[in-house]
Amino acid sequence: MSEATQSVASSSWFEASARQRVAALADPGSFVEIIGPEQREISPHLAIFDLPVQFDDGMIIGRAVLGGRPVLVAAQEGRFMGGAFGEVHGAKLTGLLRAATEHHLDVVILFDTGGVRLQEANAGELAIGEIMRALVEARLAGAKVIGLIGGRAGCYGGGGLLAGCCSTLIVSEQGRISVSGPEVIETNKGVEEFDSRDRALVWRTMGGKHRYLIGGADAFVDDEAGAFRQAALAALDRPSRFGLEVLQAEQRRLERRLERFGGARDGTDVWTALGVAEPAGIPDLGTDEFLRRAAGKRETADDAR
Amino acid sequence: MENLSFTLKAPAAAGGARPRAIVGVVASGNLEVLAERISPAGACTVEIATSAHGFGAVWQAVVTDFVARRAAGGLRLSINDGGARPDTVALRLAQAVRLIEEPGA
Repeated sequence: MSEATQSVASSSWFEASARQRVAALADPGSFVEIIGPEQREISPHLAIFDLPVQFDDGMIIGRAVLGGRPVLVAAQEGRFMGGAFGEVHGAKLTGLLRAATEHHLDVVILFDTGGVRLQEANAGELAIGEIMRALVEARLAGAKVIGLIGGRAGCYGGGGLLAGCCSTLIVSEQGRISVSGPEVIETNKGVEEFDSRDRALVWRTMGGKHRYLIGGADAFVDDEAGAFRQAALAALDRPSRFGLEVLQAEQRRLERRLERFGGARDGTDVWTALGVAEPAGIPDLGTDEFLRRAAGKRETADDAR
Repeated sequence: MENLSFTLKAPAAAGGARPRAIVGVVASGNLEVLAERISPAGACTVEIATSAHGFGAVWQAVVTDFVARRAAGGLRLSINDGGARPDTVALRLAQAVRLIEEPGA
């Protein structure tokens, strides 16, 4: 099923719903939903808090064809409960990743999440752990797990941890990746440490351009469904590697990163250290110019993913 | 949450052949509508779960108007509502009926 809309082929990824994103990503008409809304697998917890449920619990899973290849797809609806992981929401993704292991299929995850749903926090935290295990087992079985990040809610909390387990991350400028979100940091450490209302600061710290420059994301694309699709096709063409050497390479990469940038006070300090030309102007650049300036300067995770 | 249920005589049968369609998301001021082709022909049932209490008369007016104007016979419409305004509800209902008429699965 897809949502009633105008053509989504060239529409904003940020503005689109999860269902619109899936429809625009997959080959036309190829998406087949698993545990669709008509099965009404709703959250068993939200009623306790007198909160409305959504029939798909904000997680849409299924199989699809992407550039002629069969893949599994999961998409989070960031507008429902901030895309947060609850018991059912999480179990659907766990099941999809286990299916990937069993059927040797690659997985594309359209992240859009603030993290674990507070109203079902224990179930949500457990779900993150189960998903992480299922994701790693799928990668051990040879599957690629590709994360797409450019939604309203970003990719925070447990979602940020899961993103870190993916084989490739594709991000747009609007995309944000982190574990603790801006408000959480400010609440715990004070406004002097992090002003969550300073949107430019938030994006210099967690936004798509910064994540791409420090190797936290592997591809940077326009906020456009077709661009995400092209990048996902390219990611499916990359070899799938996972094992002890990859994890050790990742550990070395992160240690190097801490050593190199640990003293930086702001994203611009990091970009300066990378040797990017005119680092202060980075946030204002269009995609092409940004990619040109990043080329040869950005950190990459190629050995580590 | 308040649960409301209406069964209305529908003068026009829903078009197309899709078994179901879903539109909208559950968020503040928004709602989702799941349309399923499983009601008896000539009837439209509407089941609503809403976070805004005490608006039964408004729901009845919006739903009655919708069934009178649109081809909704044979449909069950299930709604999860996050406190949407009547015009948003009317829009989502129209989108759901429009989508279930479209060709394809």
